[in-house]
Amino acid sequence: MADLFFYIFSALTVGSALGVVLNRNTVGAALCLLLSLLGTAGLFVLLNAYLLAVLLVLVYAGAVAALFVFVVMLLDMQGGVKRSAKKFTAVASVGALALLFTGLALTFGPGQLSAAPPAATVPVLGASLKLYGYQLFTTYLLPVQIVGFLLLAAMLGVIVLSRRYAGSEDAK
Amino acid sequence: MSSFVALFAALPAPWSVGLHQYVFLSALLFVVGFFGVLLRKNALVIFMSLELMLVAATLGFVAFSRYHGTMDGNVFVFFILTVAAVEVAVGLAIIVALFRHRRTVMVDELNHLKN
Repeated sequence: MADLFFYIFSALTVGSALGVVLNRNTVGAALCLLLSLLGTAGLFVLLNAYLLAVLLVLVYAGAVAALFVFVVMLLDMQGGVKRSAKKFTAVASVGALALLFTGLALTFGPGQLSAAPPAATVPVLGASLKLYGYQLFTTYLLPVQIVGFLLLAAMLGVIVLSRRYAGSEDAK
Repeated sequence: MSSFVALFAALPAPWSVGLHQYVFLSALLFVVGFFGVLLRKNALVIFMSLELMLVAATLGFVAFSRYHGTMDGNVFVFFILTVAAVEVAVGLAIIVALFRHRRTVMVDELNHLKN
């Protein structure tokens, strides 16, 4: 049953990720991004990371995707003109595909990964909220402080960036 | 012959979901995002594809953490989510500021620093 859900959620995630990339309409791309993030949250639930699934829906699907939709509608851009790909892009695409296939061969070939135990035998640590709190306030106390400072810096940065200055053209 | 059959039966069925499937899905999602960054010209769509790549990486973290029985991957994803939210806020503010100045967000028209 869980396997079936895995395939449903992964099809949703990858399908709407393709929608983000291929959609000519930017609003449609933003909504596809939202759908893809919801699929990923479902996969997190299947991996027993319930807190992360909730956070993903709240932070990404709630805030980030909404912000994207806001900005897309604010900017009111015209539909994209189709342009031919550059040589560099073609070379980079071929490189990326080669890397993907190398990675797949390494993933599914014999190696350490194939010795991974089935999920049922591994303790489910990601499901317990207590462990998150314990880790965040002991081992990861300094990173928590740094991230808090980063959030403050980002808030100030966004305020400075989106101010209208007296010298700029659209201030009048 | 019977030992061969026993060996084959001991292997997990190819459709049963394990770590491999999650890693494969993560790689696939990352590549989709990578192609979005390469092929699209709209700065906003490029930014969305970057987010897709980030989500692919978090999926890998959570899957490895789950199958390894450790907590560190999950906590790391916690930090990644925070940093991603920061990144999106600042990045979108930059894109809006850029649009105010240049009236476009197509990256191949934003070449004023060239030459």
